[in-house]
Amino acid sequence: MKVFGDPERLLTLAGLMLEGTWVTVKIFALTLLISIPLGMLAAQGRMSKRWYLRGPVSFYIYVMRGTPLMLQVLFIYFALLPMKVDRFSSVIISFSINYAAYFAEIFRSGIQSIPVGQHEAGKVLGYTRLQTFFRIILPQVVKRVLLPVTNEVITLVKDTALASTVAVVELMTVAKKQVSGMSSIEPYVLAILFYLALNGIAEQLCKLAERRLDYYQ
Amino acid sequence: MLKAKDIHKGFDGLGVLEGITIQVEKGQVVALIGPSGSGKSTFLRCVNQLERIDRGEISLDGDKMCWMEGEQLRYANEATLRRITLRMGMVFQSFNLFPHMSVLQNLIDPPVAVKKLPKKQAVERAREMLNKVGLSGKEKAYPCQLSGGQAQRVAIARALCMDPEIMCFDEPTSALDPELTQEVLAVMRELAREKMTMLVVTHEMSFARDVADRVVFMEGGRIVEEGPPEKLFASENPRTRKFLGGK
Repeated sequence: MKVFGDPERLLTLAGLMLEGTWVTVKIFALTLLISIPLGMLAAQGRMSKRWYLRGPVSFYIYVMRGTPLMLQVLFIYFALLPMKVDRFSSVIISFSINYAAYFAEIFRSGIQSIPVGQHEAGKVLGYTRLQTFFRIILPQVVKRVLLPVTNEVITLVKDTALASTVAVVELMTVAKKQVSGMSSIEPYVLAILFYLALNGIAEQLCKLAERRLDYYQ
Repeated sequence: MLKAKDIHKGFDGLGVLEGITIQVEKGQVVALIGPSGSGKSTFLRCVNQLERIDRGEISLDGDKMCWMEGEQLRYANEATLRRITLRMGMVFQSFNLFPHMSVLQNLIDPPVAVKKLPKKQAVERAREMLNKVGLSGKEKAYPCQLSGGQAQRVAIARALCMDPEIMCFDEPTSALDPELTQEVLAVMRELAREKMTMLVVTHEMSFARDVADRVVFMEGGRIVEEGPPEKLFASENPRTRKFLGGK
């Protein structure tokens, strides 16, 4: 009990880890912000009738889901190094394109689960295809994909730890450094609590969205 | 008003429509009857541009949606097709209401989004149509809270809110029990009384007999017989008689 018995040291450590947590939150939020719209685009490409769109997008999804995220993080970091892309940005890029691939498959199944009659109703009422998608299909898709998206969001909170492989100073990196610095596993205990707290918040937000979409069937 | 001439349509080489010619005059009610798989619904869906035909001509008041140039089928461009289909209302067997919108939103969203009608006017019109189908007070309900009969009447109101010149019905009561069927048929009878032009695919023989001006009996993608209901229901044609349950 090197730290937990000493309020002053505990406070210092918690402060350090809170800074790391802030970086973790930034990685998390930026990844979602980019990967969700990107995933929607990829879903459209994946469902396209045009082979020259569908083919490359399918291949991209296959590669992203078929190789370790850690490998992708390292590969993109080193591949972008000559272009002077900083560590943080390279991690955001890796996470975003990886999660977009997962989201693409979730969105695709959501879009395809909407009965064809909804498209037909839109068409006979004179909606353009874009209007049908945004006014009729998408709102229903959001409700249907909320559960699988929640799963991805929770996984992402934990996956942010992979940013430590390229030494972005987020929660995991701080915890590792402190553990070896003070030869105690107490920083890991703190890290566990911090991750759990983040996921608790993420889960509550998803539940809130679920309740807000509960107004129909 | 609506003219469909020599319509041919196949799915994967299987002929579904093999030369259907039907004309609907303004204010007329035409009922399409026939056994399942006879191509009635497919025909209606071709008229509404939900399916493409292989050959033939379809026009509304002389506005051509598709036509033949020699042996070659030509379709009008997207914009023209949209303009023409906007003048036709369509009611589906499975209602196809938008589940995430309230009844009122279902009725006002299409005119506001498509016809750029001011919202206030759209709401006024929606209430009027809701009243017409006997569902005043259901504005705030969601489709999942409606019975099948109510849902279908909302779907009819939704189509009417777009001011169609002709209403197409694709087996509008086939998913309903006899009691709910009557609710929906009552609304359709009222429309017919108001001289709405209607093309109705139906298994409701009483409706065809009592309301239609002309009945078309189809089988195997062809028209077996057509005529005014009193004539068709007294037909000597053995196939027609068998379908209608006679001896």
